[in-house]
Amino acid sequence: MDSIIPQLLTGLAGASSLFLVASGLTIIFGVTRIVNFSHGSLMMLGAYIGWSILTRLPRDPEWFVLGIIATVLATALIGVLLEMVVLRRVYRAPELFQLLATFGVVLILQDVTLWIWGPVELPLPRSRWLRGFVEIAGNRFPFYDLILIFVGPVVLGLLWLVMNRTRWGTLVRAATLDREMVAALGVDQRLLFTSVFALGAGLAGLGGVLSLPNSSANLHIDLSVITDAFVVVVVGGLGSLPGAFVASLLIGILQAFGIVLVPKITLVLVFLVMAVVLVFRPNGLMGRPQAEAREATVAAPVVRAAPRELRILGGIALLLAVAAPFFVGDYYLTVLTDACVAIVFAASLHFMMGPGGMASFGHAAWFGIGAYGAGLLAQWLGAPMPIGLLAAPISAGIVAALFGWFVVRLSGVYLSMLTLAFAQIVWAISFQWVEVTGGDNGLLGLWPPEWARDPSVYYWMALILSVAVALLLRRALYAPYGYALRAARDSVTRAQSIGLDVARLRMVALIIAGAACGLSGALFAYAKGGVFPTYISIPHSVEALLMVLLGGLQTMTGPIIGALVYTGLADILMRSTDLWRLVLGTVIVLLVVAFPEGIAGAARRLWLRGREA
Amino acid sequence: MSVLVVQGLSKSFGGVQAVGDVSFAVAPGEMLALIGPNGAGKTTCFNMVGGQLRPDAGSVMLDGKPITGLGPRAIARHGVGRTFQITATFGSMTVRENVQMALLSHRQQIWQFWRPVAGRYVDEADALLARVGLEAQANRATGVLAYGDLKRLELAIALGNEPRLLLMDEPTAGMAPAERVGLMKLTRRLATERGVAVLFTEHDMDVVFDVSDRILVLNRGVLIAEGNGAAIRANPAVREIYLGTGATSGGH
Amino acid sequence: MHVTRRLILGASGSLALPGILHAQGTAPIRIGEINSYTTNPAFTLPYRNAMQLAVERVNAKGGVLGRQLELITRDDAGRPQDAVRLAGEMVNDQKVDVLAGAYLSNVGLALGEYAAQNKRLYIGGEPLTDAMVWERGNRYTFRLRPSTYMQAAILAEEAAKLPAKRWVTVAPNYEFGQSGVKWFKQLLTAKRPDVQFVGEQWPALGRVDAGATVQALEQMKPDGIFNVLFGPDLTNFVRQGNTRGLFEKRSVASLLTGEPEYLDPLGDEAPEGWIVTGYPGEAIDTPAHKAYAAAYRTKFNAKPMCGSLVGYALINSIAAGVAKAGSTDIEKMVEGFRGARFDTPVGNAEYRAIDHQGTLGVFVGKTALQRNAGVMTEWRYIDGKDLLPGDDFVRGLRPASAS
Repeated sequence: MDSIIPQLLTGLAGASSLFLVASGLTIIFGVTRIVNFSHGSLMMLGAYIGWSILTRLPRDPEWFVLGIIATVLATALIGVLLEMVVLRRVYRAPELFQLLATFGVVLILQDVTLWIWGPVELPLPRSRWLRGFVEIAGNRFPFYDLILIFVGPVVLGLLWLVMNRTRWGTLVRAATLDREMVAALGVDQRLLFTSVFALGAGLAGLGGVLSLPNSSANLHIDLSVITDAFVVVVVGGLGSLPGAFVASLLIGILQAFGIVLVPKITLVLVFLVMAVVLVFRPNGLMGRPQAEAREATVAAPVVRAAPRELRILGGIALLLAVAAPFFVGDYYLTVLTDACVAIVFAASLHFMMGPGGMASFGHAAWFGIGAYGAGLLAQWLGAPMPIGLLAAPISAGIVAALFGWFVVRLSGVYLSMLTLAFAQIVWAISFQWVEVTGGDNGLLGLWPPEWARDPSVYYWMALILSVAVALLLRRALYAPYGYALRAARDSVTRAQSIGLDVARLRMVALIIAGAACGLSGALFAYAKGGVFPTYISIPHSVEALLMVLLGGLQTMTGPIIGALVYTGLADILMRSTDLWRLVLGTVIVLLVVAFPEGIAGAARRLWLRGREA
Repeated sequence: MSVLVVQGLSKSFGGVQAVGDVSFAVAPGEMLALIGPNGAGKTTCFNMVGGQLRPDAGSVMLDGKPITGLGPRAIARHGVGRTFQITATFGSMTVRENVQMALLSHRQQIWQFWRPVAGRYVDEADALLARVGLEAQANRATGVLAYGDLKRLELAIALGNEPRLLLMDEPTAGMAPAERVGLMKLTRRLATERGVAVLFTEHDMDVVFDVSDRILVLNRGVLIAEGNGAAIRANPAVREIYLGTGATSGGH
Repeated sequence: MHVTRRLILGASGSLALPGILHAQGTAPIRIGEINSYTTNPAFTLPYRNAMQLAVERVNAKGGVLGRQLELITRDDAGRPQDAVRLAGEMVNDQKVDVLAGAYLSNVGLALGEYAAQNKRLYIGGEPLTDAMVWERGNRYTFRLRPSTYMQAAILAEEAAKLPAKRWVTVAPNYEFGQSGVKWFKQLLTAKRPDVQFVGEQWPALGRVDAGATVQALEQMKPDGIFNVLFGPDLTNFVRQGNTRGLFEKRSVASLLTGEPEYLDPLGDEAPEGWIVTGYPGEAIDTPAHKAYAAAYRTKFNAKPMCGSLVGYALINSIAAGVAKAGSTDIEKMVEGFRGARFDTPVGNAEYRAIDHQGTLGVFVGKTALQRNAGVMTEWRYIDGKDLLPGDDFVRGLRPASAS
């Protein structure tokens, strides 16, 4: 049992590292309400900048500390730039658009980092004192990890002092509790937000540079860190620094012992912890319920049926789509097939997110479950494609019904984060459970039967299914159920007081969205000849969000336009430049800044100008 | 027979009694005002009747059926309509659609996925809107309504449920004085016409004395007086704790 | 860094065959190559460089069948679904004759599936998964690099010579890691029944909690450690292992660690005495390799990496296969590639007719520190054909439809 102490200490060191990243994220979220996807990128920049600085300095401890300080200042400055150039322009946009903008920043920074530092991972050469160890319980324990153990609490203490002993800290805490109130007090909100962002980015940079002696600056830091940071922040309670600290400890230690006890499920473990915590404490360990949104002040525009002109336009587009196989080549047919899949993917997310008010960060889970449902049926029972296409929505719908019990009780960002966690669990299962899912190699050989093998036939089938699903979803939205769902989103109190069962309405929305999305997954799998864990990856979930938000949340037209624009854009960019992430990220940021209500929303506004009473 | 009978209702928060042993009843067509200084327990009382809070003790009967401890949705289903201190309406819908939703819900037609809402119960919705004087606004977005109109809309939505009892929490808060009287007179008429029992809290004493049939006065969670306007005005205990300092305690 | 996507080397064709440039059948042979250029640039960028070098060299010698080679590359963003879509673009839009590429196993398998389904020729360069030519093998898919099995086989052979009896394994928890461990265990146990596997660690790919993992391994008190971690995971693991003394007085057999892509980043902390598979790079002093390395250095001002070798050999193998087929007709190419022999800077190799596996070999050696950097020493090159299991075994794995 002499392993317990070193393993515990290792867990504590890991917890410190987690806390450093999570603290910045939670402070930024607390004040600005921005779910900052680019926080991991800031940490990655911290690691790279730290590497560049530290490799140029003498290797003594005092220079190491100096290098760290310089790195923190540099990343804080980058945070300021980011806030002033991008985020400042989107504060007034709906919350999720800010997330979209930060995801654009993630893409941009991936290419910028590659461009500046090159593709090879850059470990910081460790000087002698960084390699030292102390003997604890008969085991060697790295000296540097001991330092890390203390860094977490020290940073927490310093932050506590700043938050509780300075006027700035008081403002930050006040803003975390009630942003509008601080605005009403006449505080310069811009300055407050910028400085908070600088602090958050600086902390990310600190996390990055402090990770160097144990690992390296590499291009995968951003996305691997951001999920951990999200989990810690959510488990701790959004905006709560002590909460983030406690959550880091919990996860760090569980991780350290989990590795010993159940080495294969470490990835799932973290997300299970999060799910369990959210079931018992829907606002995280130390979070407060989010201030009730002031319902009257955030009235969404009225949803009205599409004007005649739009219907005509849609009709023309549909005719063109039907005729496409006669005038486009095979390749573009596959792109159009992908677009059909994307339409269902986006429309199903829109269903639960727009009218349902449940923003899913893990929508790809349903896509993947549908695809794996069809794939496993084909593999185990040799089920033909029509059965697979039927099984996909059913399996996704059933899982959605089970998962819905956890989800519909939550709201806002917590709900989004639980969906993210759920998608990560599904992803981990598909990626790691090789015996059943084939692991990352996937399930192969899932091709359409002879009659649907021709690209034109398959495209027509995809078109019919996607149009049918989109129309059915639309139909439901204009029927009493859809109105009731929207009613529950607009005002829970009012919905209940006219006798609507809010939880059940949302549950059914989740099942419908999950099932529709599952169908799109199977449709996609048969088009690609296989099912792979990448269907469930975070970037794929974000793609769904991108499509919905780019298009616009208000009506069904939004996700359709978003799906078409995104599919086309991604295809063209990926084929024309190695720097497609840079370009795509920039386009996303520009679109968010230019059209905070999405493309369809902006078009609608122009159209309605002068028409609305 | 009374629509609502409340007996021995009690509620404590962390050992502090907010409401203790409150009993009252409301008859059809009667308007009963619940008043008291800040922290008297009005809202707690109200929320226990409306289902937002579960009472520690006591019972709530609606038309002779117990509804104690049911959730707000179930209570709404039993025929209780509500308006809120901060208006709660469906912002992404037109005024008429707001009322249509109430009508559809009342008729148990929510779980329909095919026939569009547009065109359903339009006449009934418009009739209700006309009743509260919003017929001209039926097609407008809810978000652009004036505050007073939103209050009227809430009333129309609540009526869509064909309630036996109407709970109105500070129905005139935030309204101009002239509008207040108008809204409450309207409520009075509706209550009389439809035989709806109305329980409301209100801080504008003019409104209270003007429209209510009976008044309950709460102080520190305990019912200290009950009677018509004249009786309440004359009650020394009420004058002592409430009206005596009324100049400052009226507002919230 | 401006990277031109479409590297149309055919434009310099006038140098080679000016006379018959416009004659029929002189259109370039187009190779459509798909790889993870943005998600795994450390490997794929040197790989692409070497492909370009090889294409130039083949073309300078007059091309293949009197036609120039033309290379078109695409980024799959690390996603098989994108790779399949781009394969469609290559075939239908770019009219390529041969599909090639893939770094990730799942991309390789997906492209193989696409090839079989659409009856196109696909030559995988880097993917290691055994399934690509065995369980999921098909008529239209060939694979150049030594597979997971082959790499694990040579390590098991070396490990069997060691006194170590108590072994532990550490591998990223996904198909590659699991296969590597499976083969190593199986092959080592077959050779040494007295060996015991006393524990295993399965960190998530790219997210190793190195301290805890090392501590857990240390607790198992092994004599030998079999490692499949690579990339940033390996860096973290080695650092924690060094500090905590995990590797002291223990044997370590490690898959791929000798590749400069993974060994170089370890810098002066590169472990010493690990038995690894990899690529000794410029330490290989055969004339063929020297010439290749010099040409590579001249053109790109960088040392050739393991990826470079794969890229270079891939193009050579395609040139040889097409030449042997005498045509770019798909079915003829399949027959041509079977048994096609080709030169690589490290020796001759061929695509086996039985399973379409290339016999490019494996370097196995020990790690050492020289001038504060990790290198492979005492290395030897084992021809791939000597690492593959018996024909009956292979036939049993490969589907009948793959012939």
